[in-house]
Amino acid sequence: MTPSDPRDIFRQEAQDLLALLETTLLDLEHGPDNAELIDTTFRALHTIKGSGAMFGFDAAAAFTHHVETAFDRVRQGKLVANHELISLALRARDHMRALIEEPEVDAAAGDDILAALAVIVEGGAAPVVAAAAPVDAKAPAAGQGWHIGVRLPQDAMANGTKPVLLLDELRELGAATIRAVVDRVPTLAEIDPTGCYLGWEIDLVTAAPASAVEDVFIFVRDEMELTIAPLAAAPDAAPPAISAVVVAAPPAADKPQAKPAASEPARDAGRNAAASSIRVPAFRLDELMERVGELVITQSRLRQIAALSDDNQIKAVAEEIERLVLELRDTTMGIRMVPIGSLFGRFRRVVHDLSRDLGKEVDLVMHGEETELDKTVIEQLNDPLVHMIRNAIDHGIEGPSDRLAAGKAAVGRMELSAEHVGTEVLITLKDDGRGLDRARIRARAEERGLIAPGAVLSDSELFQVLFLPGFSTAQTVTSLSGRGVGMDVVRRTIEALNGTIDLASAPGQGTTVTLRLPLTLAIIDGLLVRVGTGRYVLPLAAVEECVEMTPAEDARARGLSFLGLRGDLVPFIRLRELFLTHAPPDPFQKVVVVSASCGKVGLAVDQVIGQHQTVIKSLSKMHADIDMFSGATILGDGTVALILDVSNLVAYGQARSESERRAGGANGRSAA
Amino acid sequence: MNRDIATQGLEVLTLTLGGQVFAIEAAHVREILDLVAVTEVPTADPFVGGLINVRGKVVPLADLRHRFDMPRPEPSVDTRIIVLEVELADEAMTVALIADKVHEVTEIAASALEETPRIGLRWRQDYIRCIAKRDGEFIVVLDIAAIFSVETRRSDRPDDRSKASNAA
Repeated sequence: MTPSDPRDIFRQEAQDLLALLETTLLDLEHGPDNAELIDTTFRALHTIKGSGAMFGFDAAAAFTHHVETAFDRVRQGKLVANHELISLALRARDHMRALIEEPEVDAAAGDDILAALAVIVEGGAAPVVAAAAPVDAKAPAAGQGWHIGVRLPQDAMANGTKPVLLLDELRELGAATIRAVVDRVPTLAEIDPTGCYLGWEIDLVTAAPASAVEDVFIFVRDEMELTIAPLAAAPDAAPPAISAVVVAAPPAADKPQAKPAASEPARDAGRNAAASSIRVPAFRLDELMERVGELVITQSRLRQIAALSDDNQIKAVAEEIERLVLELRDTTMGIRMVPIGSLFGRFRRVVHDLSRDLGKEVDLVMHGEETELDKTVIEQLNDPLVHMIRNAIDHGIEGPSDRLAAGKAAVGRMELSAEHVGTEVLITLKDDGRGLDRARIRARAEERGLIAPGAVLSDSELFQVLFLPGFSTAQTVTSLSGRGVGMDVVRRTIEALNGTIDLASAPGQGTTVTLRLPLTLAIIDGLLVRVGTGRYVLPLAAVEECVEMTPAEDARARGLSFLGLRGDLVPFIRLRELFLTHAPPDPFQKVVVVSASCGKVGLAVDQVIGQHQTVIKSLSKMHADIDMFSGATILGDGTVALILDVSNLVAYGQARSESERRAGGANGRSAA
Repeated sequence: MNRDIATQGLEVLTLTLGGQVFAIEAAHVREILDLVAVTEVPTADPFVGGLINVRGKVVPLADLRHRFDMPRPEPSVDTRIIVLEVELADEAMTVALIADKVHEVTEIAASALEETPRIGLRWRQDYIRCIAKRDGEFIVVLDIAAIFSVETRRSDRPDDRSKASNAA
C-alpha cells in the first residue's frame, strides 16, 4: 500500500469520532446525567480539536474548542445537557464534519451555532453555578494537586507531539512547577536531533481530578509513561520514582504508573482494537471473494477427480485442500460481515431531526444491532431504510394531539430490528401510527387504473400498488415524502439484493415493513439433491431434516399436499411435479424439510446427494421471472445446478395446503 | 436494413439451423464451443430452457429452432454452441445459442445485402435483419438483439411464469 497522507488518516479518524459523538449525544438526550456519556462526548471533542490542530485543520479545531468548552462545563456540573444544548451540539457536529471534509467550506456558517452556544453557556450557567459554587469557587487548598511524572516516547516529536504545548496545557489547570529530567539524554554522538529524550516532573497545584491531568496527554497516553500521585503524598511516595529516574534506572520508571479509574481499561481495549484493525478498499475484498469463489469451484473438481482415483496420496491432499479452502472461505466471508448496528446508528439522527422538523415526538427502539450482514448488502440498505423511516414518521405517526385523541401515548414509537432466520436476515420497521388507509389506497389505485374497480384483493395484494412507480396517496406534498418517488425505488433496491419486501398494517395501530435479505451474496453451504435427471441445491441453513418415505407412505400421500411428520402436518411438494419431470421416480422418495420465516415445507426429491459448497451466480434476466430458483451454481464436474428459492417454495406449499384444507379433504385431493 | 450496412457490408458468422443457412453479425460472437452438458431449467420457456457453464459463468442457452418451429435432431459431432454478447435493455448480457453446424466468418458485400422481403419467408420478420445473397444461395441474417429482447418481453406473459409464482 502506498503511504497515506496524514491528513487523510486524520479525516478517517475524525469520521469515527464524529460518529461516536453523534451516538453519544443522542444517548445523552435520554440520560442527561450520565457522567460516562458526558465524558465520552468531551473526550471525542477534545481529540477532534487536538488532532485537528496538529494536522492543520485550524478552523475545525478553533470551532470545536468552543463546543468542548461547553461540554467541559457540563462535565463540571455547571451546565445541564438539555435538549437545546444537544440539538445545538448535533448541529455543531455537522459543521465540524463540513470543516474537516471540505476545508474550503465557509467557516462563518458556524458563527450562529457559536452564538447560540454562547447564550446557552453563559445564560444556562448562572443558576447552576450557584449550586456548584461552594465546591468549585474555592481556590484549591495549598498542597492539593498532583505530582506528575511524564516520559514521552522517543519518536513523539517526529509524530507531531509538541511537549511544550502539553506542558502549557498542564499550566492551565493550575500553578505548575516543572522540572526536566535529563537522565536519558545520550551523548552527543548518539543524539537523534528529532528524538525526545527529556522527561518532566511536575508539581501541579489544582483542584482538577487526576482524569483532567490524564486528558492533557490523551493523544500520547498509549505510548508514554505517565505517573500521577497526589501532591500531598508526593513528598513521601514520589521520591522512589524520582530517585529511580535520577539514578538512571529506566526500567523502574516504567512501573509505578498510578492506575487510573476503572473506565481506563475499557478505553484502552477499545483503542487497541482500533490500532490492530486496518482499512482496506472495498474492491480488494470483492476481488478476494471472487478468487475464493473460483477456488471453491476448482476444489470441488479436484475432489471429484480424487474420488475416482486409487491414489491414496492424492486423496489425502484433496482432503487437506478441501479443509483449507473451507476455512479460507469462512474467513473471507467473515471479513465482509459487518454488524448492522453501524447502519442503524445513523437512523437515530434521522429520526431525531425528522421528529423535530415535523413536530412529532418519536422514540426509536432498536433490536439486534449485532446481527451481521454482508458489507455490500448493508451499504445498499441505507437509502431504502431512510426512506421507510421518513414515510413512517411523515405519514404513519400522527401528531401528538391526534395521538392523544386516539388514546395513544403522545410520543410515537418506532421499532427497528434485525434478526437471523435461517439463511436470511429479517429487518423489520414497525410504527404505532395510524396504519395504511386501505380505502384511500384503493380509491387512488382505481382512479389511476391500477386495479379493476370492485376487485377483491387481499391486504398484501392491495399494498403492492404502493410499490408502483409514481403512486402516492399523500394529499399534500411535503419536502419529505408524498411525491410518489421512493417506494418503487425501495423495492427495486431490495430486489436487486435478492431480497423481498412486505407490508402489513392494522388500522389505527400502525404499519410493519419487513425486509428479507439473503445473508450473503457470495457463497453458501448447500445440500445437493436430484430430481429426475436434474441436480439442485438447497441452502443447507434452511434444511431441518431429511426423511425417507416408504412406498406405503408414498402411496398414501399421493395427491395430498401435506405430510404427517411426528404428529405434525407439514405441507409438502413433489418437486418432480413442480418441475414437470418425465423421468420415472425413484422407488424411495426422500423428503427434505426446509424452513423459512413463514413456516416449513417438505420437498420430495429422488435422491439426496450430499453437501456442496455453493458459489452463488445470479440468473440472467431471461430466467429471473422463475421464482422457484434464486440462482445457479457450478458443480464439481463443470455442469450448472439451480439453487432453489426456499422462501418462495415454502410460501407456495403453505398457500396450497391452506387452500386444500379450506376446501376439505375430498375436494383437495382432486384439486391437487 | 440501416444505412451503414448498406454501404459498408457486413462481417458475419454463418451457421446451419434445421437445414437452412443463417448468419449472425460477427461483432456479437464471443466464442464457439463444442457441445457441453446443458442443465435444464424447469418451467422455463423452451427457447431458453437451458443453462451452461462458460468459463465459470452461468449462461442461458437459447435454441432458435424452437422459435422457428424446426425439428430438433439429436446433437451430432457438428453441433456447436455460439457464445454471444447482446445488449439487452442497456445491459450487456452473455447468451449462448445452439447451432446444428457452424461454417465460417465471412464478409458480405453491401451489394449482396437486401431488405427483408415482406412475404415469402417462413420466419417472423422482426427476427431478421436482412437477406444476403451468396453463391446463388440466400442467407438470412438474424437480428440477435431483437430475438432476445422479444424473449424478455414474452416472459412477462402470465402463462410463462412458474407455478410457484402464480400461487405465491
